[in-house]
Amino acid sequence: MASLKDLRARIGSVKSTRKITSAMKMVAAAKLRRAQTRAEAARPYAAAMRRMLAELGAGTRGQSGLPTLLAGTGNDRIHLLIPLTSDRGLAGGFNANINRKTRDLIRQLQAEGKTVRLLPVGRKGHDYLMREFSDLIVDHVHGSGGKEIPFSAAAELGERIAAMAEKGEFDVCTVVYNRFQNVMSQTPTEMQLIPLALPANDTAASADAPVYEFEPGEEELLSSLLPRNLQVQLYATLLESAAGEQGARMTAMDNATRNAGKAIDRLTLTYNRTRQTNITNELIEIISGAQAL
Amino acid sequence: MPIEVEIVSPEKVLFSRAVEMAVIPGLEGDIAAMPDRAPMMLLLRGGVVELYENGAVTDRFFVAGGFADMTATRCTILADQAIALADLSVADAQARLAGLEASYDAADKMDVPALDLLMAKMQSARAEIEAAGGEAVKAA
Repeated sequence: MASLKDLRARIGSVKSTRKITSAMKMVAAAKLRRAQTRAEAARPYAAAMRRMLAELGAGTRGQSGLPTLLAGTGNDRIHLLIPLTSDRGLAGGFNANINRKTRDLIRQLQAEGKTVRLLPVGRKGHDYLMREFSDLIVDHVHGSGGKEIPFSAAAELGERIAAMAEKGEFDVCTVVYNRFQNVMSQTPTEMQLIPLALPANDTAASADAPVYEFEPGEEELLSSLLPRNLQVQLYATLLESAAGEQGARMTAMDNATRNAGKAIDRLTLTYNRTRQTNITNELIEIISGAQAL
Repeated sequence: MPIEVEIVSPEKVLFSRAVEMAVIPGLEGDIAAMPDRAPMMLLLRGGVVELYENGAVTDRFFVAGGFADMTATRCTILADQAIALADLSVADAQARLAGLEASYDAADKMDVPALDLLMAKMQSARAEIEAAGGEAVKAA
């Protein structure tokens, strides 16, 4: 049985752990709010871009010689996976979920006889994939999960992917990221970026809608919209992932704080019982000592 | 009848209001968005968007390229980067232009698409200096 001194030390250490986890929870809550605001602020641009692409895509559907970013290379052999994870841990199953999903995807694609390449974003995913699939990793990006995500980070990543696509280094590009559902739950989701699944035009409305003019031509517009769209999509997933990370950390730290509270209660009970036993023992000794006289 | 104008950058919505007319720097020349215009999509060059109300300019924004989507009632400007004209800095733009010129000189002269891209960026930076400089003179 632990001595009183040991118990006191344990209680002290659990108490300071609880302080840390509850502070981390507060910080995550504040960061979550900011991340959510940013994700919402980025939505109008993405929505407008989708509308323009739907309009443009309707005119070019089924044509040959479309840009690689839209139509792909026509093959389905080399897959580029981009798992988005955070740089820091202590966020519950946030990173582990992505890692597991990525691993399953890699195994599945390899079983189908396809070549897989990886471009992990975020330190946690990179570290994990380095252990098992280090030969598949073509490149990695760190530091995207910081407090501010500038659009330039997504733009840079997008440019790199677009350049790889032009060179034909892969046929299909898929992002694996945590979709933010609410504070409690983030769903690991895969989204195909290249070839692009064009949003369907709402045909009923567009049938009698006036025809658009394009300046310069339709193709020029499409060829500058597509790389932009890639960046915007990446930016949106980065923002969602950042919001998800804070949400996951908040939930995890909330649980940790509650568990620490329970542990303290349990330890305090044991401490008091032990103290009581010690006192009783001492009393018995004194009384029996007095009776013996 | 006013037209709904929205200026959106990837990070946020900068401007959203009904105005009388918006003059937009299209790739092939300036173009005005007015109510009941035939729908049109265009590429933007670096330049200044001017918003008119009661026949006078009320707001000016510098956009560094992007796209615009105009319909009869609405005009959405998707700017790569948009700054209110008052917040422009000549020094910043000049520094950027100098950097771009250096990379243009260093670039492989056979790589035509990359050169075109750099050229477009340089033009946008020049337009920014001009826009900022014009404003500074007026303020002085």
